[in-house]
Amino acid sequence: MKILVAKPGLDGHDRGAKVVAQALRDAGVEVVYTGLKRSPEEIVQAAIEEDVDVIGLSVLSGAHVPLARRVLEGLRREGAAEIRVVVGGTIPPRDAEALRTLGVARVFPMGTPLPEIVAAFTGRGGASRPKEARTP
Amino acid sequence: MKDVRAHAGFPIKPVYGPEDTAGVDFERDVGRPGEYPFTRGIHRHMYRERLFTMRQYVGFGTPEETNGRFKYLMAHGQDALNVAFDLPTQLGLDSDDPRAEDEVGRVGMAIDTLADMEAAFAGIPLDRVSVSLTINGMAAPITAMYYAVAEAQGAAPDRVVTTPQNDILKEFVARGTWIYPVEPSLRLVADLIEFSARRYPRSNPVSVCGYHIREAGCTTAQEMAYGLAIAAAYVELMLARGMAVDEFAPRLSFNFTAWGKVFEEVAKFRAGRRLYARMMRERFGARSPKSWMFRSLIGGGGSAFTAQEPENNIVRGAYIALAAALSGAQTIALPTFDEAYTIPSPKAQLLALRTMQICAEEAGAADTVDPLAGSYYVEALTGEMERQILTELAAVERMGGIVEAIRSGALQAEVARQAYRYEQQLASGEVPKVAVNCHVGEGAAGAGREVELYALDPKVGEAQVARLARTRRERDGAAVGRALARLGDAARGPANLMEPILEAVKAYATLGEICQAMKDVFGEHEEPVKF
Repeated sequence: MKILVAKPGLDGHDRGAKVVAQALRDAGVEVVYTGLKRSPEEIVQAAIEEDVDVIGLSVLSGAHVPLARRVLEGLRREGAAEIRVVVGGTIPPRDAEALRTLGVARVFPMGTPLPEIVAAFTGRGGASRPKEARTP
Repeated sequence: MKDVRAHAGFPIKPVYGPEDTAGVDFERDVGRPGEYPFTRGIHRHMYRERLFTMRQYVGFGTPEETNGRFKYLMAHGQDALNVAFDLPTQLGLDSDDPRAEDEVGRVGMAIDTLADMEAAFAGIPLDRVSVSLTINGMAAPITAMYYAVAEAQGAAPDRVVTTPQNDILKEFVARGTWIYPVEPSLRLVADLIEFSARRYPRSNPVSVCGYHIREAGCTTAQEMAYGLAIAAAYVELMLARGMAVDEFAPRLSFNFTAWGKVFEEVAKFRAGRRLYARMMRERFGARSPKSWMFRSLIGGGGSAFTAQEPENNIVRGAYIALAAALSGAQTIALPTFDEAYTIPSPKAQLLALRTMQICAEEAGAADTVDPLAGSYYVEALTGEMERQILTELAAVERMGGIVEAIRSGALQAEVARQAYRYEQQLASGEVPKVAVNCHVGEGAAGAGREVELYALDPKVGEAQVARLARTRRERDGAAVGRALARLGDAARGPANLMEPILEAVKAYATLGEICQAMKDVFGEHEEPVKF
């Protein structure tokens, strides 16, 4: 299992991205972190080059829907639609639905417990294990 | 018995008594309010003479919309402003830049040219209202726009009170609105401090922020230690320019948070004031008592607010206000209860303002100076916080000093490590969080559906781009070109850049053009990605 934790757009808040990256790494997941302010196109390229299974987008600016859309479109354009996309950050309930409709595999809104996020990727230790986020 | 620890990590005893303050020399370490080392506060009578300023963080959409919200809050008793800018503005991108797509007006007000700044402050007298500008990488040009608007309003320079945040070092650690590499970024900080100290004597040209670093995950002691280390770095920068410490130090200011345990927060500020006073007097040789004073905006703390049962955040906000008032804040700003979901609604803003007013007017928090002084617990805790802060300062020195620790990413890695540790403590229940990991009610997770969400109007971006196009059309293009060329030339040399920036601003050069002119010379920061 390999994940690219990515910060798309202009948002500079990386606490959540770095916390999740550390937790996944400790759980045995191979983690690559992009750093701040990556364009959706850069993120798609990095995901392909790193041959990851999942892209985890962290957005706290409110621009999650257009940014996720551009990443998903980019993956399809590059023939890499098998890479799953999950999104975390300040995602209000009404947008979580919109993200899933776009093709986002899983949404982790604010307040999601860390163990629940880790379980989604490792399949361990959670009743809330989501089928859709398993490695393809 | 239950083990209880401070956020800084040390154990808290069940009972404190005289034996815990045996090492405190009250004359030397605590003293009197308004006197060195200012442990009890920087003014003799504090709130009895002047209540803390209430300064909610506001800005969204177009300058006109933000202007309307400013006036709404002022009509309800807010006496000062605290401006939020959108991300393109904070990063020096124009609203029509492809990189600004979907971000214009989203988390703050969009500013492209002086025309926008004129609209934002229309009808607001800048010689009577004090205004904080939450701007860092672009602090020099945005503050230049502010000074230009004040000048056009006819405000006397010595009546203009503004506080650009202008703390780029913390942006490299938290918040992330860095643009240029560390060295030229520091030069811009110093240019604005120097220019303001000489031309706008009542401006506070830097607000040193421990706050955002704490929000990014560090402990209480680290927040104060990093803030003090960053302040010292700026002082050294100005001294290296040949300014005397008392020329600029009286206008240095601070921005910290107080969301944790009330008594630990109070102790943190009491210890911080004393350490700062000693540092300024003993290490930097400042003679003016004003140079020794740790003047602070205390507030924020949205990281402590929860998505679960968001109304609980109103209560958390009241404790932050209490902690800030008991800590001797000069200014207080509270996060709003809807913070985990959205940028604030007018109702949430008003509630935050009312919380501060109730704290001051009804709860008695402003009745007397430093009411916790002399408490066995608080005096012992103040001493312990001081020791912890000194330990953290020594750790920064081992990283090569604050600037090197930031350049290498070592400090960022430490903050991320603390954030992860805190999250593990939440997950284990070691740190309790009501309605999150204890006292969890049924259906709590759904309560957020009651929050009124701010929806970005897509017309905001269009309106902003249209105004920008109009400004570009109507301005004197040749004058803009000359001003930008002069700015580029100046950036290659050692001169203060504020004059050429001001010239470009007044010619209606865009923020993006000004930013790019300097980027062509300075290059861009490359983030050391460590976690």
